[in-house]
Amino acid sequence: MKDIREDIAWAKINKDVLHSLENPRKMFWVMLVVAIAMVGVGVGCEAYQYITGMGVANMDNPHVWGLYIASFIFWIGMSHSGTLLSAILHLMHADWRKPIYRFAEAMTTFSLMTAGLFVFVHLGRAWQVYYAIPYPNERGIWPNFQSPLLWDAMAIFTYLSSSILFLYVGMIPDLAICRDNMNPGWRKKLYTALALGWEGTDRQWRNFRVTYLTIACFLIPLAVSVHSIVASDFAMSQQPGWHITSFPPYFVAGALYSGCAAIITLFIILRYVFRFEEYMTLPILKKIVRLTFAISMVWTYLNMIEMASVWYGHDPVAKDTLLERMYGPYAPFWWSMIFCGSIVPLIMAFKRFQTNIPVMFVVSLLLNLGMWLERWMIVSPTFAHGYYPWTWDHDQWPSFVQWGIVFGSFGWFTLLFMGFCKLFPSVSMYEVKEMVYHRSLATKAAAGKLEAAGKGAH
Amino acid sequence: MSVTTLLEGWSDWRHEHPINDQPHNPYKWAMSIDLDACTGCNACSVACYAENNLPVVGKEKYAHGQVMHWLRIERYWDEDGREFPDQGARFLPMMCQQCEAAPCETVCPVGATNHTPDGLNSQIYNRCIGSRYCSANCPFKVRYFNWYDYPTTDNVWPAEMNQQLNPDVTVRGKGVMEKCTFCVQRLREAESNAKSQGRVVRDGEVQTACQQVCLPGAITFGNLVDPESKVHKKWQAQQVELAKDVQAKDKEEGGSKLRGYRILEELRPYPSVMYLERVRDSAI
Repeated sequence: MKDIREDIAWAKINKDVLHSLENPRKMFWVMLVVAIAMVGVGVGCEAYQYITGMGVANMDNPHVWGLYIASFIFWIGMSHSGTLLSAILHLMHADWRKPIYRFAEAMTTFSLMTAGLFVFVHLGRAWQVYYAIPYPNERGIWPNFQSPLLWDAMAIFTYLSSSILFLYVGMIPDLAICRDNMNPGWRKKLYTALALGWEGTDRQWRNFRVTYLTIACFLIPLAVSVHSIVASDFAMSQQPGWHITSFPPYFVAGALYSGCAAIITLFIILRYVFRFEEYMTLPILKKIVRLTFAISMVWTYLNMIEMASVWYGHDPVAKDTLLERMYGPYAPFWWSMIFCGSIVPLIMAFKRFQTNIPVMFVVSLLLNLGMWLERWMIVSPTFAHGYYPWTWDHDQWPSFVQWGIVFGSFGWFTLLFMGFCKLFPSVSMYEVKEMVYHRSLATKAAAGKLEAAGKGAH
Repeated sequence: MSVTTLLEGWSDWRHEHPINDQPHNPYKWAMSIDLDACTGCNACSVACYAENNLPVVGKEKYAHGQVMHWLRIERYWDEDGREFPDQGARFLPMMCQQCEAAPCETVCPVGATNHTPDGLNSQIYNRCIGSRYCSANCPFKVRYFNWYDYPTTDNVWPAEMNQQLNPDVTVRGKGVMEKCTFCVQRLREAESNAKSQGRVVRDGEVQTACQQVCLPGAITFGNLVDPESKVHKKWQAQQVELAKDVQAKDKEEGGSKLRGYRILEELRPYPSVMYLERVRDSAI
């Protein structure tokens, strides 16, 4: 089956995508209010915590980290979707990414912004977070460059700014289309400013291609290193269950997994809401589902490697920590993670379900649930059963404050994403046109071959 | 504040661990705790509360694991199927081990915890932004975080109790990490006095609060590089060396008469506290 029809007119592509930017229907406002309410819950919980102290999050000695770090890693992980789709598949000339990479990149940017919130929320003295920034100060002190948390801060800042740049630069031709087709008003002014005077000349296209390719090549090692650095927050520590060399690739695989699952979720939502069936076609869904399946198997493999290296290693405490994960207080969550992360994706191996929209929607949500649980299961059980027996005497569970802030972060992400989809084209018009053009060339070539072989054209 | 400062200052105070390139001179504060003498009376823990302005968090928060005791008395029981399992606890006083290669020092994002030339692990409250990575990496879990703003919390230092606060020590607000400092305020005062007299601090001239109140004299504290100090002699007698991770006791086949050991030595933090193993009934 073809990824896209070859006879879609350019004007139709413009019209269909620009239609998504028109005044929203009632459901949009309802969802927006819900998202704002979720953010409100998060803000309320954070205000309570900011004023009273981190103790209200129910953290203690030794459980000094909780859902904030877990969610932080989760959101950074989800941000790898855009880079994978835009940059990596771009270098591999996978054309089927063209209708879907725009919203994936937007997802990357907003995931990173959400992750940044968790850095702030997690600190005991959040108002002094700027100490971690290497700016000239009257104390003459640099931050501690040996610390993986500091590498985090630098890596994420770099990744965020690069992602915003990548998203914006990639949108310039589309912003010009918006500018040209919009009635006068504040939106036309916005697009005119953002389009930077794009006119689509050959020279501009050539420069554009080179710039886009350069940023893509730069972004790929950056994405891999960002999540490897996040992994080294754990791998560089001595704690049992964390001090594993396979953590960086394990985390990166988990990130790609999480991102792809989120792409499937948003694909299905946007396809339905904006009626993008012509562009976000079922063959493309099939491809992304199979890619997610492949990544899920890579993640499963790396998970098994992590367990095997602990099982056959010499550290009895690390082995105990692993066993604690399996049958200790966190066991239901750990087994749910295994189920959602390794068993549920097996359904994606079957052709019958690969294009079944309801099934894939539920599966993608379960996969992301599994990935969120995975992050939590990396953080908390190691604290519950570390090296020191005195610390094993009590369980710890997150309080409503932690859950509230995690809940609010999903609202924040939804808010940002919904705003993006209404202001900017969530399907890349110029790339879809390229895709249709290549498809039409391929069809003509095929037809030509058939004629030459004497079998006649259609 | 320049790149030169960064590179020069960096090499100055980040040196090879534990001490091979820069031996301690003239002070290296260390401790020896005799577990056979310890009766678990908790006087040391209370003294530490008084000396260092520790907040008493109350029963509920203690049960939640949010207690602030810098020095804790741990209780261990043998699982030997005895008739009254709760009796016969062994006591272990545990405080910051002031590790020479401290896992907490490298991971603080803002450099709030560092190593002093006299061998202490320093915690700088003003710099701490509360990321708690130091506590996450500590194998002993001896770092305590201010989960609430205790100075402004009711019943922590009610009415006249705030008059017993030690003026030499800060009172910490919420969001900072704190831990045992080997009573650094006392050490600095003694060092300063000695320096103004042109000498080094003598053994016994300065005591930590816990050492001061310990009745059986289980805690020995002093200058490890002073060959006349009690703590140096104890470490020497037990053949425990600061910069080694496998000591003579571990190498002896079939058990050893030596009693000195350091906790979690195999993780190589090179702690400055040596424990003298309890003499078991079976050994006599």
